[in-house]
Amino acid sequence: MSVTEHPPLAARTPPAKARTPLVRLLFGDVLSALLTLLALGLILALLPALNWAVLDAVWSTEDPDTCRQGGACWAYVQDKARLILFGIYPPEQHWRPLLVIGLILAMVLASLSPRLWGARLLAIWGLSLLAMLGLMRGGFLGLPLVPTSQWGGLPVTLLLAVLSLGIGFPFAVALALGRRSALPVPRLVSVGLIELVRGLPLVGVLFVASILLPLLLPEGWTIDKLGRTLAALTVFAAAYLAEVIRGGLQGVDKGQGEAAQALGIPFWKTIWHIILPQAIQKVIPPLTNTAIIMVKNTSLVMIVGVFDMLGAGRAAAADPAWPAPYTETYLFVALMYFLICIAISLYSRWLEQTVKNRSHS
Amino acid sequence: MTAIAVSGLNKWYGSYHALRDIDLTVAPGERIVVCGPSGSGKSTLIRCLNRLEGHQSGSIVVNGTPLTDDLKNLSAVRREVGMVFQHFNLFPHLTVLENCALPQILARGTRRAEAEARARRYLERVRIPEQSAKFPGQLSGGQQQRVAIARALCMEPRVMLFDEPTSALDPEMIKEVLETMIALADDGMTMIVVTHEMGFARRVADRVIFMDAGQIMEQASPEDFFGNPHHARTREFLEQIVH
Repeated sequence: MSVTEHPPLAARTPPAKARTPLVRLLFGDVLSALLTLLALGLILALLPALNWAVLDAVWSTEDPDTCRQGGACWAYVQDKARLILFGIYPPEQHWRPLLVIGLILAMVLASLSPRLWGARLLAIWGLSLLAMLGLMRGGFLGLPLVPTSQWGGLPVTLLLAVLSLGIGFPFAVALALGRRSALPVPRLVSVGLIELVRGLPLVGVLFVASILLPLLLPEGWTIDKLGRTLAALTVFAAAYLAEVIRGGLQGVDKGQGEAAQALGIPFWKTIWHIILPQAIQKVIPPLTNTAIIMVKNTSLVMIVGVFDMLGAGRAAAADPAWPAPYTETYLFVALMYFLICIAISLYSRWLEQTVKNRSHS
Repeated sequence: MTAIAVSGLNKWYGSYHALRDIDLTVAPGERIVVCGPSGSGKSTLIRCLNRLEGHQSGSIVVNGTPLTDDLKNLSAVRREVGMVFQHFNLFPHLTVLENCALPQILARGTRRAEAEARARRYLERVRIPEQSAKFPGQLSGGQQQRVAIARALCMEPRVMLFDEPTSALDPEMIKEVLETMIALADDGMTMIVVTHEMGFARRVADRVIFMDAGQIMEQASPEDFFGNPHHARTREFLEQIVH
């Protein structure tokens, strides 16, 4: 039997898609037309705000009184930026918190690529966070001691967010594993802790940590207020992260654990090298969500008297020399939060794509 | 010296009696094919042999080590017994090379350089050395199963268990996996293979075991098994799968 030779198939491209004209896009049907008009109306309504923020704004001045004409007073933000960013940290020592912010950014940048992830990177993070705390506190090598009660602003916000998520994460993993354990004691303890913490508002946890905890401790014991606040945030982060990670663990095929078992890989090494990396890859979007929420949650520490960025901003705005520029302060602080959160969000999108490209193509 | 000695093995899932009074002795170098209808307990049997499933009564001795809840015995047995799964169970977040190298490092503390060299050697042996930098998801099913075989071989086991290794594969990929297994059998590996590939059974098996309802109904050489099956259930089963 002879085989017929087929000529090679010619390459064909799909037909070009016609572009919709702009007018049709905006007013093509009733709903589009309504939405377009609504958007235009919104823009018009916002024009006075634009006037306030840009045209009538005072951008720089030496004299606070020029700010009393009704426009936005960006000169004030300029004047108080250091106070908002660093709180009541001694001004001549501001290079220290600035360096800490730089270090956090550098560490974050250095940790972006999943290629570098591993026990070594975790150790470097641990050491550099200790170094940052040391740098903030001082009291050695000729650095004047700055007690945590004088820390404030952006470094406090960043340190609280990074430390609560970072310290909370291993606890979250332990809680998630505990909740899935076949052994009754770890399971009950995990379920109890997770549900208890999730059932409490963060404000409540913060009050318990900052007011109740010192009363419960034996005479003569004190824990730093910032430390107590961090502990409360960490417990809170751990409970939420635990549920996210549990979702990821459930998504890992049980054949993975069986294959590792059959190869003789010990239990904890299986968890660390085989199960967890896959579980975490599956829950990057909800992990990002929790991270962003925790960054913003740090602003609640203000109510127990810790000067995070928002607290420092409010303190700055209270200066009687300026005409109560609260709106400008909040906008500036909001912009800072927005930049942090959008950066986390963009990174997580990139990470998700990278992970996806790597394992399925 | 026997490679595997099973006697009086019974296993229940709840009240369901999955394995009944199994007696089985496997000599070193012996190749055994286990077949039977689905739900007959054949997968459960080989999963008991490296204790992915526990059993309730009877004894299993692998290379002289009894399988009990004793963790030291268990890791000794798992070091000697490799397993290949129906769905490959490769680690999707690791490259092919790392799939083969990392288990050696984690389970035995092998140095990385040595583990990678061995991984490359066995990937060569299953004839896919060129795929070592890829991730499992980028490979065809047949290639993935060959990586899974290489991964198991990297632990240098004395016995290999195959749990329906070709059932999840597209027809055109079954051959490449069977060829790899035949080459392994020709090298003298002790193998227990759960499969419906009767061609493979005829070609390499020293003994074919037919299971039904958790029992071993019949065991014989391939010639006898296919030429002169004793049991009515065996004949019925063979008629169903060999058209």
